[in-house]
Amino acid sequence: MQPSLPGKAQATLREVLPRLVLSPSLFLILLFVYGFIIYTGYLSLTDSRMLPSYDLEGFGNYANLWGQRNWLIALQNLAIFGILYIAICSVLGLVLAILLDQKIRGEGILRPIYLYPMALSFIVTGTAWKWFLDPGLGLENTMHLWGWESFTFNWIKDRDMAIYTVVIAAVWQSSGFVMAMFLAGLRGIDSEIMKAAQMDGASRWSLYTRIVIPQLRPVFLSAFVVLAHLAIKAYDLVIALTNGGPGRATELPATFMYSYTFTRNQMGVGASSAVIMLAMIASIIVPYLYSELRERR
Amino acid sequence: MARSTQPSFGTGKLMRAALYAVLILFAVYYLLPLFVMLVNSVKTLDEIRGGNMMSLPEVFTIEPWLNAWSRAQIGVEPTGLSPYFINSIMMVVPAVAISTALGAMNGYVLTKWRFPGDKIIFGLMLFACFIPFQIVLIPMARVLGMIGIAGTTSGLVLVHVVYGLGFTTLFFRNYYAAFPDELIKAAKMDGAGFWRTFTRILLPSSGPIIVVTVIWQFTNIWNDFLFGASFADFDSMPMTVALNNLVSSSTGVKEYNVHFAGAVLAALPTLIVYVVSGRYFVRGLMAGAVKG
Repeated sequence: MQPSLPGKAQATLREVLPRLVLSPSLFLILLFVYGFIIYTGYLSLTDSRMLPSYDLEGFGNYANLWGQRNWLIALQNLAIFGILYIAICSVLGLVLAILLDQKIRGEGILRPIYLYPMALSFIVTGTAWKWFLDPGLGLENTMHLWGWESFTFNWIKDRDMAIYTVVIAAVWQSSGFVMAMFLAGLRGIDSEIMKAAQMDGASRWSLYTRIVIPQLRPVFLSAFVVLAHLAIKAYDLVIALTNGGPGRATELPATFMYSYTFTRNQMGVGASSAVIMLAMIASIIVPYLYSELRERR
Repeated sequence: MARSTQPSFGTGKLMRAALYAVLILFAVYYLLPLFVMLVNSVKTLDEIRGGNMMSLPEVFTIEPWLNAWSRAQIGVEPTGLSPYFINSIMMVVPAVAISTALGAMNGYVLTKWRFPGDKIIFGLMLFACFIPFQIVLIPMARVLGMIGIAGTTSGLVLVHVVYGLGFTTLFFRNYYAAFPDELIKAAKMDGAGFWRTFTRILLPSSGPIIVVTVIWQFTNIWNDFLFGASFADFDSMPMTVALNNLVSSSTGVKEYNVHFAGAVLAALPTLIVYVVSGRYFVRGLMAGAVKG
């Protein structure tokens, strides 16, 4: 190193330093996110089986994918799960937020109780609910012991109903979080508007339906985006709760991708299912991020 | 947070009572699974099989906890969950530290040293937060193998740093964007360079966002299952994967009480963080949800 850098070089260094600091992260993201997306996209067009192969074979994997009964089941399950999960979490979250916003004594105790499941791993949630929903050990057994002999609740063992148990456990985990989002939204509403409306004799019901809830639109949108992307990515919870069963009754795209890629030696099909998952998430996230970033400037 | 939006429901006493009843009912709903886990983790197996999951233990036993921690058979040796708990810590600490440090510097550059194209870079990083990780599983397995860290804790650290970068950058960028530019300009005028400005001016007031980021990363990485299940081998398996193996193993008697003790053990670190600093936890969730 020279004792003193020429002025010009120093100025250049100063100019470049910020970009230099950013570059390792950018490199990691470009390689491990976008490079990998391209790689997986390429594999989805090859005849990869147990190991990656680089022989292109066109869109055969996609045709194969859409012909797989398991994939169609996974998509159907995702639709059921996603719609119910988003709808129930939103309604429950909104109702809880409105109820908690009524000058409740003990709000400081109730709020964290509603929210703590969000801090748990889905594996823990799944373990707890698997047991709770087990007819022989959990709720059904308890009701029998309490004297309600005819009570049955065996959804987790029932092919047609098992997917709804995934909804139950997922709602338990996420609804408190949606509540917190709505509560923050409610607290941000100008109370002057509310007072004015009340002076005009608006009923409490119409106050909420006409004034408050419409103002929460951005929160609905954020909640939708967060929940939808969580639903599409849902994997751990199903593994811990039902492991995709009974049979393949609770298969979701994420479990489908994993089993086709790593245990059934159909990597090409697995890669194409991952591409479809990415496309689903991108179609929700990209417009959202775009509008959010634009509004800012 | 204590301020309530004006008008409130029912001034009537009955209405109020109903409101509290509903709220408490929901509290019971959220607490029930945790209660069931805790209560049954200190019962004997016989009592679980024959009894009611809601009832308090007749015979209190700490045995299931000891089993879960140091005796339960998960791999070849009956080691309990303790080695995997340590694996998780060895993975979480460096991953959180590195991703938070990188996020802080990225946020600093993206707000205070802007250059053409910085918004595109930020957009690329932001989108990376949301990708379904299935899209990277296959190439990641190969790259980890190529650089010789497949199946190691270092490999998992790398994975968690890479896929946590988007969020940590987002958190710091939004926080620093609100930091007055005048202070930065004044510091530059005084001859403070890139690093001095960062360490003397921005870092000292970054306490809250560092806490938010660390909690967010800690919770996410501790709770991760997919990467652990895909890339860890036996010696580096994190807690969530070990717990799942314990609970779903089909050999031998199902020791439910041990499963519950294990589940609570796996939940404990994040629960403690949540109880101690719930406020920051919520702030992280919000920042992750409301982008921009």
